[in-house]
This record gives sequence, C-alpha cells and structure tokens, in this order.
Amino acid sequence: MVRTAVLPLDRGRKDEEGAMKGKDVAEKLARLVADTASALPEDVVAALRRAKRREKKGSSAEAILGTILDNCALAAKNGTPLCQDTGALAFFVSSSLRGIVTRSAVEEAVRLATERGALRKNCIDSLTGASVDTNCAGGFPIMHYVDDGFTRRGTGKVTLVLKGGGSENMSRQYSLPDASLGAGRDMEGVRKCVLDAAHKAQGYGCAPGILGVAIGGDRALGYETAKEQFLRPVGTAEGRSENPVLARFEKKLLSEINSLGIGPMGLGGETTVLDVKVASLSRLPASFFVTVAYMCWALRRKTVFFGGKEGAR
Amino acid sequence: MKKLVYPFREKDVRSLKAGDAVSISGIVFTGRDKFHKAFADGDAVEGDFRDAALYHCGPVVVKRGGEWKVVAAGPTTSVRENPYEPKFIAESGVRVIIGKGGMDKATLDAMKKHGAVYIQAVGGAAALYAAAVKRVAGVKRLEDFGAAEACWEFEVEDFRGVVAMDAHGNSLFSDVAVRSSKTVKALFGKK
Repeated sequence: MVRTAVLPLDRGRKDEEGAMKGKDVAEKLARLVADTASALPEDVVAALRRAKRREKKGSSAEAILGTILDNCALAAKNGTPLCQDTGALAFFVSSSLRGIVTRSAVEEAVRLATERGALRKNCIDSLTGASVDTNCAGGFPIMHYVDDGFTRRGTGKVTLVLKGGGSENMSRQYSLPDASLGAGRDMEGVRKCVLDAAHKAQGYGCAPGILGVAIGGDRALGYETAKEQFLRPVGTAEGRSENPVLARFEKKLLSEINSLGIGPMGLGGETTVLDVKVASLSRLPASFFVTVAYMCWALRRKTVFFGGKEGAR
Repeated sequence: MKKLVYPFREKDVRSLKAGDAVSISGIVFTGRDKFHKAFADGDAVEGDFRDAALYHCGPVVVKRGGEWKVVAAGPTTSVRENPYEPKFIAESGVRVIIGKGGMDKATLDAMKKHGAVYIQAVGGAAALYAAAVKRVAGVKRLEDFGAAEACWEFEVEDFRGVVAMDAHGNSLFSDVAVRSSKTVKALFGKK
C-alpha cells in the first residue's frame, strides 16, 4: 500500500466563524473514507453473526460466514480495505452543510484516501478504458445533498456508502405488468419482481446481500430511492419501515427469499439475504416500476457529524 | 475443515466432496484473463503447475523494502475462463482451481476426468486472503501482463474456501440453482 504525505490529524478544528476550513473538511472526510472502507457498521456485523449462528454446524454456509467475519475483524484491526473492490462512493450530505462540504472538498478527500491506499484505483473512463487514478471524474464520487432535519448552517452530517461492482451488476428494474413473471400492477406483482431479482442474483452479488426496493417513481428516482434504503439499519426493529404495510411486506419477503436456500456465496444455506428494505414512491398512471438494488454483504456505511451531534439541529 | 497441503495429489483431491470446507497450504499460482488467453494462443506461461493450484485472482501487490507484499487478494469471477479451463486442466496437471461463481459443465467434466476440484473463495474477503499469503515466491509475465494479470506464485497458509465442484461431477452451483428455481416457482403459485 502506498502511503504518501500524512497530513496533521483533524480534531474538528473550527475557525472563528465556526465553519471548518476547506483543508480540514477534506481531511475529516478522507478519514471517513478510510474508516468506511475498512470497517463494517455494527448492525451489519451483528446480522452476519446471527446468520452464522443460524446455519447448520459444520456446513459450508457456516464456514463462509466465519471467513467473512474473520476478514472483517482483520481489516478493521489493520485499517485496510475489507474488500478489494472499494466500490462506488456515495456521499449523503445535509443540505445545511452546503458551501462547507463542497464538491471540491469531497473530491479532495477521495484523492487523499486513494493516495493513502484506503481506496483502490477503481475508476475507468468509459470512452477510453483508461484508469482515472484519482477516482474523481465523470460523476464519481456520487454526491447527494439531503434535507435531513439539520437547519443551522454548519451543523449536519455526512454519510458515506460504498457499493461494489459485483453487487451492482445484480440490481434490476422491472416495469409492471410483466408477462414473463405473471406480475400485475399490485403488491402481488411487486412481490414477484423482488423474488425474481433475488433468485436471478443467486450468490453472484456476494450473498448474503441486502435488498433495497423502490416501488414506483420514474426510473432514475427508483434506483436512487432503492439505494437510499441502505442507509437504514440492517436486521433490527428500528430499521423496519415506519409504514406498517411495508414493514410487514419486508418481513414476508425476507423469510420467502431465505426459503430459496441460495445461501452465502450461492453454495446453499439458510441466509440468502440479511434484510429487505422497501420504500414506496408516487408514479405516473402509465408507469409502474419496481427497482431492486442488490447490495453485497459488505455494506460499508459510516456517518460523521459537523458542528456537534443531533442536539444541534 | 479438511486440510489440503501442496503437492495436491490426485487421490487427496478425489477424496473431496462438493460442500466440504477446506484449508489450503502450499503453492498457489494466480492466473486470470491474460494467463488463459496466452495459453490458448500458444504462448502459455511457463511453469510447473502439476499438482498445484490456480487462483482466479487479480491481486494488489506492492514492493516494500525489496520484497513483494500482497495487499489484497480476493477471487475474481471464474466464468470468463470457461473456454480455456478444460484444456488447461488436461495439459497442465493442475489439481485445484480457486475462484468465484463456479464454472461450466465442460470444466466440471474435465475435473472429473483428470482429477481436479473447484474451490469457491469468499468474494470480498480480500484482507483475509492477503494475510494467508505468507510469501511471494515469484512472478511470471509481470512486464507484459501487468501486476493484476501476472502469474504470481504465492506460498499460502490456511487459505479457506469451499469445494463447490468436485472430481465426481457434482456442482453445488447447479444444485442450488435447480432447488431455488423449484422454490421460487412454488412461491409464485401462492400468495
């Protein structure tokens, strides 16, 4: 791993106006990138541990989940990327941080993290096939400003999600009605789409995965919303949809997909997905999209706060 | 957990069954797209692959203090090597193929005929597999293939995977695909 200049540690230093300097922001975000790439969030680790306990003793599924957990512990200890595909980076930034967490600060952070070996050179110019060694060009990294309840300028949070290419290749979008599935324009039809996506993915997206589902929307909003579901905690009651209809639907899909027996890495077992998250959007009368985003077991997600925690809203 | 130690002998490999968890120690060569293409083009990488393992992997390797050091070494998708692998197994005497996602019927047949197995490494477990590489014993075709595609000779210890295709014609991938297709059909039939 190439480690170049090490910048001074960031301690959340602020200037007199209370806003962090651009360089400090970039440094804080570069550390966020490195931490996100090397350690899974606690909810995902806990879900993987529960999955391992559910598998039959001595089974290949149990062995694979053990390997995954050992890998994660080692990467977290050493601070090295837990998967070599360090993924597409999606930053979700509080709107209240506009002008502070800027596009240029985020790109500087990604450049720094790449130089330090926290990210693989993982960005290809689609026209020329050449590697973009900074990981910054043509829409990468992905960045969204979100209205998340923070109102005071300079306070807010940044959440980073990393998603690998193998899992992205297993994502699908359906348009109802779908004759090949016998899926109509109702929740039964939506259910068939999600089951089909999980079945077609087999273990190829690095199962056990997490499914983010969006019902409705236009095509672009469908994928965006499906992926936003990965911000919700995995495998816990608080991570369930607030809508009771969707919460029941999520639980039903989770149990039905796990009954397929695809298992970790597709070699059979009790756990094919760790969780299913569903959101509902409006749609045009003429369209009914169902979007299923597949996330590998390595759901890398981490949040940092600016200007104090929740209390500062 | 069954242990496989280099040199991997035919009888040991044939004793493995699909579904067995294995721990591999010894010589593992990496070889992916360019390795297989060169083999098919009559420009094969020179080396003694008999009773060794071939790993579908594009590792991240850096030189530190004059020594090669493996930073990440997870598996890459194996299906791309389907057109070449049966012939490679037949001619090289390789006993163990390591990769991700499984291979086709022709490869399964070649493994049965010549005594070889396919081991599924865990996708994404790059840190753990890098740590299992105790020494880089050598590298072939680094100049023309590049670091990710070169044929690295790794000495590994306790490299873990699962036998997904055995030397008796069994493949967990096809078993799981058949079973899950039946289940999904049944689920479609009820509400």
